[in-house]
Amino acid sequence: MKFAKALASATILAACTFGSASAADLVVGFSQIGSESGWRAAETTLTKQQAQERGIDLKFADAQQKQENQIKALRSFIAQGVNAILLAPVVATGWDEVLQEAKDAEIPVILLDRTVDASDDLYMTAVTSDLVHEGNVAGKWLADTVAGKPCNIVELQGTTGSSPAIDRKKGFEQALSGHDNLKIVRSQTGDFTRTKGKEVMESFLKAEDGGKNICALYAHNDDMAVGAIQAIKEAGLKPGTDILVVSIDAVPDIFQAMAAGEANATVELTPNMAGPAFDALAAFQKDGTMPPKWIQTESKLYTQADDPMKIYEAKKGLGY
Amino acid sequence: MTAILKGYALRLLPQIIALAAILLMVSFVFPGFFRLEIQNGRLYGSLIDILNRGAPVVLLAIGMTVVIATKGIDLSVGAVMAICGAVAASSITSGHSLAMTLVITLGTGILCGLWNGVLVALLDIQPIIATLVLMVAGRGIAQLVTEGAILTFNDPGLIFLGSGSFAWLPLPVIIWLVFGILVALIVRKTALGMLIEAIGINRQASTLSGVLTPVLLIAAYMLSGLCAAIAGTIAAADIKGADANNAGLWLELDAILAVVIGGTSLLGGRFSIAASVLGAIIIQSINTGILLSGFPPEFNLIIKAAIIVFILVLQSPPVRNAFTFVALLRTSRKPTERQAR
Repeated sequence: MKFAKALASATILAACTFGSASAADLVVGFSQIGSESGWRAAETTLTKQQAQERGIDLKFADAQQKQENQIKALRSFIAQGVNAILLAPVVATGWDEVLQEAKDAEIPVILLDRTVDASDDLYMTAVTSDLVHEGNVAGKWLADTVAGKPCNIVELQGTTGSSPAIDRKKGFEQALSGHDNLKIVRSQTGDFTRTKGKEVMESFLKAEDGGKNICALYAHNDDMAVGAIQAIKEAGLKPGTDILVVSIDAVPDIFQAMAAGEANATVELTPNMAGPAFDALAAFQKDGTMPPKWIQTESKLYTQADDPMKIYEAKKGLGY
Repeated sequence: MTAILKGYALRLLPQIIALAAILLMVSFVFPGFFRLEIQNGRLYGSLIDILNRGAPVVLLAIGMTVVIATKGIDLSVGAVMAICGAVAASSITSGHSLAMTLVITLGTGILCGLWNGVLVALLDIQPIIATLVLMVAGRGIAQLVTEGAILTFNDPGLIFLGSGSFAWLPLPVIIWLVFGILVALIVRKTALGMLIEAIGINRQASTLSGVLTPVLLIAAYMLSGLCAAIAGTIAAADIKGADANNAGLWLELDAILAVVIGGTSLLGGRFSIAASVLGAIIIQSINTGILLSGFPPEFNLIIKAAIIVFILVLQSPPVRNAFTFVALLRTSRKPTERQAR
């Protein structure tokens, strides 16, 4: 941890020292939360890629999960006079002061992936995914796939009380309402992890007549689905055929499972939040068009028909 | 021999009663709980799940018992699990043989234990602080090894350690059974156990009476590291991947709880490995029971906490004294009743 911290501060230092010498016409600072998950790492990779493609000089600062580091990074970006700031806020509160400083310096701030509890005139726009919509897409796919046949669903929830768990459950249930043939028979938390996903699925299988009673599994993230797929296999059933598997996130490993016919569908939480952010920024730079306060990223559905192996190869290198 | 067995049974009685009560309770909310069948050449059922899923905490509890008996504590075991899982995955994916991978992995765990042991025994840092270092830093090290991603592998040998079976039992169960018996025999059939207890009761006095305190202390932490390494390997093999963020997360607390439920005092001294193993199985029975019961997940921790508080209250000295007092009253009253007749 300490090494990484030293490395991060060295990066900031390097950015401070050599930043002004760059010839690129647009300089953007990016304060990232850290690298707590594969998705986060992929977001960092894609943000850097997107910046490079557009010829944007990106100043990257890794906050190691600490808000104070993010505030420091933002102040250093302001001092350097960057053209814009991308911020993936680690927490929702406590941003008013530093955002005001950015506003006073006339530097637009774009929030990535998460929002803040601050007056919305303090930032230009927020690029996030709609968690409820993600659950909805997954639910719709299942309703369309089983097409009127009775279907008992087991649900692997995310960490109890976390907003993805609450919203992805809500969206899925919304999609199910009106389909009396679809019933959630068991719902438990798998803490977003493979180990717990496997353990909880084992108990679901035991509790529902060795799994004969289960027609589909809905997992709030792919990792739990990957764990659950192993549990289904070990119970002597065929995941993807005996039990349909639908989950959210679209991490590379689920595409491997889909290629093997063991998972059926996943809804993408795109790590490319920077693309729409840079587009909005370009429009603003060109003729001052203000983007809407919320830019919703696409929640794309992938199924076995989408050449999962090819997507796996494409996603593998992103740092997931 | 029967006297020894009777002694064992008496020592383990509270834990056995607690376990039986919990299993009975679960069977009320989930009727098929005790059903066991043979499927794909292995026993299949919820009881087997408890033994299998409990493997990491059982293994950690074995090491933790010995450390706690020396009046120490090892907070780093969860992080060491993550490190060792990461090392195992990266070693097997970079083409090392299974044997080599196991040597490297277990060696890493022992090395982590050595680090803790040196801090505690030679530098005299309080165990809770000394092991906190690795608890905090360990996950970072594990992430450096896996480069932040879940490192997956397909080696059938390593996967077999997590989900294979032998003699109708899942391999993790065999591993902790054999390892637990081995450690229990080593500490109890030699003077080792007594020396460890001596250190726990009074480190200075035992040093003065000729016990090689630093060596034994370091060995205790190395054993704990080894246990964490085995647990980490099993956890990684189980999901065919090393998850540096989540492997063994908070399991150090479950392991300490298992030791406490097993009746070993955190103040050091007397210990029982069998009781700690039972403690770990009790915790896992609660976990599995909650999963089978079908309660909403918001209740998971509340139910777990209520049961554990109940067990600990039963074990507390005032309640135990009250029980002994009642028992004494009964035995002392009997003769007087006879005299009256």
